[in-house]
Amino acid sequence: MRTTQAGLLQTVLAPIVFGVVVIMLWQGLVTGLAIKAFILPAPFAIGAEFAANLQNVANGMAVTGGNALIGLLTGALLGILFAIVAALTRLVDQMAAPVVAALSVVPIVALAPVLYTMFGAGAETARQLVAALAVFVPVYFNTLKGLRQVRPVHRDLMRAYSVSSWQATRVVTLPTALPFVFTGLRIASSLAVISALIAEYFGGPVGGLGKSITSAASSSNYGLAWAYVLGSIILGLLFYAAALIVEKLITRRP
Amino acid sequence: MTNLNSSMPAGSVPAGSVPAGSVPAVSVHGVSRVFAARKGPGVAALNDVSLTVAPGEFVSLIGPSGCGKSTLLRLIADLDTPTSGSVEVFGKPARQARIDQDYGIAFQQAGLLPWRTVAGNIELPLELHGVAKATRRRRAADLIALVGLADFASHYPDQLSGGMQQRVAIARSLAESPSLLLMDEPFGALDEMTRERMQNELVRICAETKAAVVFVTHSIPEAVFLSNRVVVLEARPGRIRSVVDVSLGEMSGRNEDLREDAGFFHSLSQVRDLLHGTEVDANAPRTNAIPTGARGVETR
Repeated sequence: MRTTQAGLLQTVLAPIVFGVVVIMLWQGLVTGLAIKAFILPAPFAIGAEFAANLQNVANGMAVTGGNALIGLLTGALLGILFAIVAALTRLVDQMAAPVVAALSVVPIVALAPVLYTMFGAGAETARQLVAALAVFVPVYFNTLKGLRQVRPVHRDLMRAYSVSSWQATRVVTLPTALPFVFTGLRIASSLAVISALIAEYFGGPVGGLGKSITSAASSSNYGLAWAYVLGSIILGLLFYAAALIVEKLITRRP
Repeated sequence: MTNLNSSMPAGSVPAGSVPAGSVPAVSVHGVSRVFAARKGPGVAALNDVSLTVAPGEFVSLIGPSGCGKSTLLRLIADLDTPTSGSVEVFGKPARQARIDQDYGIAFQQAGLLPWRTVAGNIELPLELHGVAKATRRRRAADLIALVGLADFASHYPDQLSGGMQQRVAIARSLAESPSLLLMDEPFGALDEMTRERMQNELVRICAETKAAVVFVTHSIPEAVFLSNRVVVLEARPGRIRSVVDVSLGEMSGRNEDLREDAGFFHSLSQVRDLLHGTEVDANAPRTNAIPTGARGVETR
């Protein structure tokens, strides 16, 4: 355990040192060159705004985070289920391939205005749907790829054991696919936050981080706008870290 | 290790319940297997092959690459179906024998599940067939001791050497005390020293379990050392050229000294002559009489 603790210290400490250096440089440049706040506020000013509006930022994070989480869970669940079905039946796979490919090139947040009119501008549904769609694509593709990684020798073995296809799926196919599923989930976790946040730019109820950024910027409150940006960065990191922790918990060796 | 056959779970019919001597372990009748080609008549991997393996008998299949020895084994295991002819295992169609779990199988690749420990891998077939946890544990422990990996039960496959992984695969193939073992070049990817040690262990295990074995190899000494009979196949089309009786005595009596025995060398040259006998093809696979080093890993 000691080696992993030392490794953890290194992986945590190195980026922190780097971050501190960047922030100091940033602060030095802004004050040294007297850059106006509407171009780039100084990090300490952003920090002060962040601290002063902590409650508002936290509320914004809760709203956007809630949408992202619902989208992530729905999209991931659907992605995994559809991938399993596609892996089991060739027909579904062939039918779904072009649709999913089309879905992956659509800028999904562009659907937000349409969805707002569908579900009403007062509901969060549109944002959750946008997040779910954005999540679906990488989870589906990665899971499907993972489900196809079963080695021929394992397939022979399962046939020799004459087990049901469900048993073979549980014992060999799913464990083989698991690392791929988690790769998809890791990509999807940050996509969910980004999509939910960007979707707020196109309308819908206020309160989320995206709305707060636009309204703070339009009222020339640049420090506050950046404080919300900081909040969204933290939210994205939280989602990514959560996905990573779940992955480690599930794939760890007892 | 006398309890190897006694620790079978209650409720499942032990494969050894077939009366010895009356029904052959394997009987292959006029079997052909043609692999369809995109154009042309297809490739005849096997052409009219007939073979009988008695209970408890060790039979090796040897021949050049492409002679269909692995195909024949896969047909017996019902991992593939013959184009014509019939394959029976303990008097039943191969498919039924597979469903009844009448055989254990080991491949050239160990094929262990990397997310399971050594014990977990050996327990796999028992677990899949609903054997109680305690019985499973005990059986796995016995088998781990049998293949000499007692210190590695909780290790993962990637922590083991190739030879050790292969021993785990063999233990797994023995898990349900099958009366028939099918082995497709299980030592093919091992170096010569490990290989000979594994052969000695296999001889010991076979003497203990009294299982019939069909063993695919392309090493002549390996075939002769292990077998009661060596079936020499030829390629294009794959068929049996000859069957050599190796009279080197009981399994239990075979040991390292046998490799220096005159009878061993006699059978060795007999098999070698048969393999090279009517070979006219300049590209004929070179089956070295005495392997000189580690064999290349076949990437199949």
